[in-house]
Amino acid sequence: MRTLKILLTSALVKGLVGQAVGWALGYSFVALLRALRGLPTPWLYEPAVAFGAIISLLGFLVAAGVLADWLRWIVGKKTELKHGAPAGQPGWARYINVDTNHKVIGVQYAITSILLLLVGGYFAIVFRIELAQPGMQWLTNDEFNTLFSAHGIVMIAGILLGVGAMVNYLVPLMIGAPDMAFPRLNAFSYWVTIPSAVIILMGMAVGGWDTGWVGYATLSLKAPLGVVLFLLGFWMNGFSSIASSLNMLVTVTTMRAKGMTLFRMPIVVWGSIAASIIQLTATQTVGVALTLTVAERVLGLNFFDPVGGGDPILYQHLFWFYSHPVVYVFVLPGLGVIAELLPVFARKPLFGYRWVALSSLGIALVGFLVWAHHMFTSGMDDALRVPFMFSTMLVAVPTGVKFFSWVATMWEGKLPKNPPTPLLFVFGAISIFLIGGVTGPILGTIPTDLHLHDSYWIVGHFHATMFGGYIFPFFAALYYWYPKVTGRMYKESLGKLHFWLMLPAFWVMSIGQMSVGLLGMRRRVADYDPALGITTTHILITLAALVIGWSVLIMIYNFIASARTEPAADTNPWGSRSPEWQIPSPIPEFNYVTPIEVVGEPYDYGLAGSVYTRTIAPAPSGD
Amino acid sequence: MSTITAKTSHDDVHAPEIPYATQLRSNRLGLWLFLFSELFLFGALFTTRFVLWGNTRPPLSQEIGLLATVILLFSSFFMYRSETAIAYGDQPKFLNNALLAALMGAIFFVMVVVMEWNVFRLSGELFGIELFGHLKPGDGVYGGVFYAMTGMHALHVLSGIVFILIIWWNGRRGAFTPERHWGVEAIAIYWHYVDVVWVFFYPALYLMGKVV
Repeated sequence: MRTLKILLTSALVKGLVGQAVGWALGYSFVALLRALRGLPTPWLYEPAVAFGAIISLLGFLVAAGVLADWLRWIVGKKTELKHGAPAGQPGWARYINVDTNHKVIGVQYAITSILLLLVGGYFAIVFRIELAQPGMQWLTNDEFNTLFSAHGIVMIAGILLGVGAMVNYLVPLMIGAPDMAFPRLNAFSYWVTIPSAVIILMGMAVGGWDTGWVGYATLSLKAPLGVVLFLLGFWMNGFSSIASSLNMLVTVTTMRAKGMTLFRMPIVVWGSIAASIIQLTATQTVGVALTLTVAERVLGLNFFDPVGGGDPILYQHLFWFYSHPVVYVFVLPGLGVIAELLPVFARKPLFGYRWVALSSLGIALVGFLVWAHHMFTSGMDDALRVPFMFSTMLVAVPTGVKFFSWVATMWEGKLPKNPPTPLLFVFGAISIFLIGGVTGPILGTIPTDLHLHDSYWIVGHFHATMFGGYIFPFFAALYYWYPKVTGRMYKESLGKLHFWLMLPAFWVMSIGQMSVGLLGMRRRVADYDPALGITTTHILITLAALVIGWSVLIMIYNFIASARTEPAADTNPWGSRSPEWQIPSPIPEFNYVTPIEVVGEPYDYGLAGSVYTRTIAPAPSGD
Repeated sequence: MSTITAKTSHDDVHAPEIPYATQLRSNRLGLWLFLFSELFLFGALFTTRFVLWGNTRPPLSQEIGLLATVILLFSSFFMYRSETAIAYGDQPKFLNNALLAALMGAIFFVMVVVMEWNVFRLSGELFGIELFGHLKPGDGVYGGVFYAMTGMHALHVLSGIVFILIIWWNGRRGAFTPERHWGVEAIAIYWHYVDVVWVFFYPALYLMGKVV
């Protein structure tokens, strides 16, 4: 009963109610304006739905209390940051209320991310079952289109939240800061993602859409109503990206502990900086692309429809200027996790630390110069093709730096004979990111791309880069930092089961996708010709997708069960040098009770007498 | 998760105090990063104009455009005077100049929305100059780009006016001192930034290319 009361009065529930109220108000406002002009408003009238969606975001934020402190500042009141659970409520209530502690927000991001990955993965399994056989079995074409489109955007939102989880939880700890530079903005960044996810999912309820996650004009101008909610939800997620990346860059600049020079920061921090630079800037251009599309649909402005003189290629340029670099946002923190974990388990210094650190920035900067390689077949200016082919190949250089560093770090290292789960996931990530990487130049080369464009080969390549660069490192991070977050060890046997189900299933899925692509399978179609001879492979891909889905459920069970039943874990079970492992688990509210000082290199594992951080003895109190 | 929070009773541990100088440094950097981010928003719109219009432009009232631009740029001058005044502790000068900057911003906003956009569908002349624009949102890419660029800029002007009114209202109650007036500084920088954006938008919309 008490639990129910805490749930119902939580910021989450209040926000969702506020969102519904906001939506109704926005919708009625437009209907009222029309009524004043003597016009009827049909049910699900598009401008009213769109305006309602924008007001619903405000409704959520106001009702959940995310803006409370800022609204008080406007009328000149000073507010203190609140710490801990709401008065008189148990500790878990923090996670469903607005909290400004970066560790709480990190866990909120992680849970929301896993939920979204489950939803997006469920969509994938539903349409994969349809694809197991040629012909149409249990979905209509429209349902199929909506499902693969929603799979794309929900997974991307889930991945962005997972990046937020890693960055928020780890970066302040790793640089020795008590919290992020702007704790309230940090809470805002998290809470804005909930209403935007709701809006995207509502898009499926009001008719779906068939544009894929790219939302190309002019298809998006003719798609059903759902596309407007998809575009708006995507757009609102951008607030989260921009605010959290700004916060992260400021935190790293101004909040580092004494002695934490740039080249003593862990690689995860470097990866987060590089990812944040991309998010801070490129998100704005996709925001413009989405805004202009909504304006063209709802307000009748003309940008992309050639009938009024518009240019559909312009949408693709604006879209890919963000959406290519954003895949580096997904992978850079993950690649940082690989570089963080390998030296811990190999008991050896990270090979070429400075090169690895700078390669993160290198990937981010080159990432801004390659977007048009998605558009070789779009009909853009031919003169753009070759420069973009060469810049695309250039990405392999900083990525190669990372690969060689990982291999050289493992070389003659003291890797454990029976690797624990995080290390297994790191190995899995490296092997999969390798196949994802080497299938890329084939797509970046114009002649082969013209053949493979829009085929299942792309699907295979993209899923390999995402699983290798994000999913596997993210799971490695979850297992690795689980004892630090909860104070308990996860069940090693279940972790290993998860890995040994997921890795082979992923290989079957990825190789299968690439092979059917080479044999002529188009992507984003619900049906295929049995004469292609790819039915068996399609069945295997579907089965592999199911195995991956089940294995992730095992992980979730493992985490929930272990938090209740397992005994307390050691403070530093992996023998890491990083400062967050030198303080108790779970970590105290303000991280370092006694401030730390950095006196050595981060990854000098196995070198006698080397020290990374030490605590500063507290100065004698004056009062 | 219950384990985390079981130990978060921290009566003896207080939140570490962030020195004002550090917080100010963070605030300044945060603001400039935000403005850097906005550069890509306005840059994308600017690019859109050149892709869709090329070396042409729609027929617009040169007189209204020039006058609005002059008023907006002068408002930046008064915002600067306002910020300098609070830095020297001259409270009345700070308040008056802030209000003047907001007023001029409001005039600019009205000139764009009421005169150029002609949302009230008025018509009229003064000294032989037509006061109200003819370009409609639905007029192909010319309408689209013009309304998108002026609309996005006008939204920033409007938010700037609201921010100035907030610091004016708080300033009247003595919220800012010569030593601590980050709010004024931030709004002043934001206001100058919005002006500088218009310095690029104005020629792109009104001056460059041949009239169609």
